Amino acid sequence: MSLWEYANPKRFMQTSGWLLPYMVISSAACLVVGLIWGFFFTPDDFRQGSTVKIIYLHVPSALMAINAWLMMLVASLIWIVRRHHVSALAARAAAPIGLVMTLIALATGAIWGQPMWGTYWAWDPRLTSFLILFLFYLGYIALWEAIENPDTAADLTSILCLVGSVFALLSRYAVNFWNQGLHQGASLSLDKEENVADVFYFPLLVCIAGFVLLFIALVLMRTRTEIRARRLNALLAREKMAPEGGAQNG
Amino acid sequence: MIALLRRDLRLAIRAGGGFGLGLAFFLIVVVLVPFGVGPDTSILARIAPGILWIGALLACLLSLDRIFQLDFEDGSLDLLATSPLPLEGVAAIKALSHWLVTGLALTIAAPVLGIFLSLPAEANLWLVASLALGTPALSLLGAFGAALTVGLKRGGLLISLLVLPLYIPTLIFGAETVRRGAEGLNATTPLLFLAGISAGCLALLPFATAAALRMNLR
Repeated sequence: MSLWEYANPKRFMQTSGWLLPYMVISSAACLVVGLIWGFFFTPDDFRQGSTVKIIYLHVPSALMAINAWLMMLVASLIWIVRRHHVSALAARAAAPIGLVMTLIALATGAIWGQPMWGTYWAWDPRLTSFLILFLFYLGYIALWEAIENPDTAADLTSILCLVGSVFALLSRYAVNFWNQGLHQGASLSLDKEENVADVFYFPLLVCIAGFVLLFIALVLMRTRTEIRARRLNALLAREKMAPEGGAQNG
Repeated sequence: MIALLRRDLRLAIRAGGGFGLGLAFFLIVVVLVPFGVGPDTSILARIAPGILWIGALLACLLSLDRIFQLDFEDGSLDLLATSPLPLEGVAAIKALSHWLVTGLALTIAAPVLGIFLSLPAEANLWLVASLALGTPALSLLGAFGAALTVGLKRGGLLISLLVLPLYIPTLIFGAETVRRGAEGLNATTPLLFLAGISAGCLALLPFATAAALRMNLR
């Protein structure tokens, strides 16, 4: 039993079909519990008032925006090295989700920033690198859409993903050089030195778990759709190639 | 390799377009800016580094889709791919010829355009140095973008969406070099970063470009 068994679309469809309902239900449960807990059962912050509660959407979506790109990077590498179609399709499936996560992080940040910083947008390094990440997602998705041959598209987008990762990282540190920050430091870390207070911490963890599960569920769902679309195309192409054979069989 | 370089340069110069167009575009962008923001010299001097760098960036972008497109259409790219010269070398040479035609020309023309934007004289040296060290990265990244989109009918718009985000670090360090130079500060740190980006691009991107070309030619 190895991980590579899931490179077989049939195995992947079986397992993911079995896994998907659990993922959806647990993600929904985590999100409902986490958000209700966060929104209604935590105190207001003594300086930020109730605006602090947007953290339950902002931090998890920002986290997933970056992790979605990482997942695409890994999937692209697997496609380049081992040429498993499921991997390329999963990378394709993850891109729009990552794009939306980036958008949620930017939008919630802007909504929070207006009362707190007095502005929706500032050219702060963290904000700017998120905007750049957004542009990278756009380019990646546009390249997928533009190329007709699916294998060529998978090849070229994975190369773009590799080069893009290097330059996204480079931009992340280049913008530090270019402007000083307004954004606060990390809200979470494994060593508990600089964490947010515990009352906010635990609902936030539940929300993050919810977002992770949501991401997995959405990627599985979209990958299944892509595989089905691919199968449908193969069937149509086969029918077009041999109309007589098809008629005899039917 | 040298034969290929000479062929590309000859094509670029004689076919018109490459050489003059990029420069003319750079000139027009720079001339349009004062109409947009007003003729106040203090404002112009403040934004000159950024404008000059963005103008150079856009002028580079303009000629990118020609790097591989024509060779792809008339089949000479297939010949190059099957020739004894490794495709990585072809990619590097193509980027080099693009740089000679646009990047180098822009570098030489930039101080003259700096006068239009009343860029302080002491910044000229930094402007030339930053463009000379930064534009190779632009050409190499552009060749990569051109290789990604070479098989497409309308790659021109897509190429800008793909390549411009990759240009961001170069733009940041390039404009920062000139800005610090204009304010009389020491600008070696961003200049060294810029050189580092170019060197890294030169070392790695021909391989990515060649890989993308192989995928498109398959």
